[in-house]
Amino acid sequence: MRDVRKIILGCIMAVLAFMFLMSWMTPGSVNAQEATTVAPEAEIDRSATGGATTLEDIMRRQQGLPVDNDYRAENVGNPESAAGLSEQLGTLGGASDPDLWRGMRFNAADVTTQVRGPAAEVLIQDRGMWWLQFREGPLLTYGGYLLLGTLGFLALFYLIRGRVRIDGEKTGRRIERFKNFERFGHWLLAGSFILLGITGLVSLMGRKFLIPAFGHEAYAWLATGSKWIHNNVSWAFMLALVMIFVMWVIHNFPDKTDLKWLAKGGGLFGGGHPPAKKFNAGQKLIFWSTIVLGVSISVSGLSLLFPFELPLFAKTFAILNTTGLPEMLGFGVLPETMTPHEEMQYAQLWHAIVSFVLMAIILAHIYIGSIGMEGAFDAMGNGMVEEQWAKEHHSLWVEEVKQREGKAPSGATPAE
Amino acid sequence: MKAMLFGFVAIAVIAVGADFTLDQMGWSAQEQGASPSNVRLD
Repeated sequence: MRDVRKIILGCIMAVLAFMFLMSWMTPGSVNAQEATTVAPEAEIDRSATGGATTLEDIMRRQQGLPVDNDYRAENVGNPESAAGLSEQLGTLGGASDPDLWRGMRFNAADVTTQVRGPAAEVLIQDRGMWWLQFREGPLLTYGGYLLLGTLGFLALFYLIRGRVRIDGEKTGRRIERFKNFERFGHWLLAGSFILLGITGLVSLMGRKFLIPAFGHEAYAWLATGSKWIHNNVSWAFMLALVMIFVMWVIHNFPDKTDLKWLAKGGGLFGGGHPPAKKFNAGQKLIFWSTIVLGVSISVSGLSLLFPFELPLFAKTFAILNTTGLPEMLGFGVLPETMTPHEEMQYAQLWHAIVSFVLMAIILAHIYIGSIGMEGAFDAMGNGMVEEQWAKEHHSLWVEEVKQREGKAPSGATPAE
Repeated sequence: MKAMLFGFVAIAVIAVGADFTLDQMGWSAQEQGASPSNVRLD
């Protein structure tokens, strides 16, 4: 029976993985077909137009293919050779209107403004459309699929595996698993993360799903409130992240017991309960995912919270380019100079992508810490767990507690 | 369950405190993005 369950689970996972890969690859194959009908960019001959835009350029742009704008971006005239103010009758080269327009278009014009901030001098942001299309397309679509897929997988898992019960007879004795301060830190992190997740999804998906359902006016209130919560609750999340790192890092270094625990699949599919210390390998994976992804979300979030003050990506891309890794993986050379807005665009995408991954992981954590396992919620609910539960899931930790505190743990209470 | 409730209350307190503090420190969008010579309605 257990083997049948394993096979069914394996098949479901394989189908989900295949569907995800196929849906990811399909748009690329369409673009590849379209590309064959247009001449490669390097072959475009602009001699007939005197170096100006050709029909080929227009065709490529219409089909969404990359166009090298250097031939226009560099043609912004030379103000120093312009005619004097009293002699400017008509377009005289150096100060012609098209040159000035291209200067603004490609952020090469000498702009002064009373508005403060580095972004104020960028009059036309050239690299916003790909971000908007990615944000409204793949980011929203695959991010949504990831969360729905995770919920679906957990529901299936529950139907197939059922709740993980306490196998042995309950003793009626309880052991203190987490102190008040530890549980406070956990709930500070959990509550803030759930709020941030919901308000983040409202911001990302509101235009597509909430405006059609509730209208613009209702969404305006919701979006304003979500933004306030998202911006300000973020500080509680960052504080709690530091708290749980300081409190629990000592218990989360990998060791030999983790390999045995992983080899047995944590005992989820039978075969007895593998020994574990205060945190088992699964919990350690959750801990390090939360720390690493949470720090990454926090840093990109700070960059968004203080716009244009903490640019991250041009420097990061420059470092990555020196390793040659982006080219090796087929991304080409990553951009090392960006407009201030573009920095924010990358920060927003990174913030959202990493958040989606962490949300999926935390959904699994919430499942196993609540309906997925009998007795697990008590650890964070009132801090006291059934001794039999502790022996089954954290046997080495129970031994440590008993050795430390004598024959019986001081936190143990007799059955009523 | 007290720890959970304290955690949730702390989230609200930190959020309101952060909003007030950042505003007082001059980190509002208005302070950061607008010129002192701009016309303000407040």
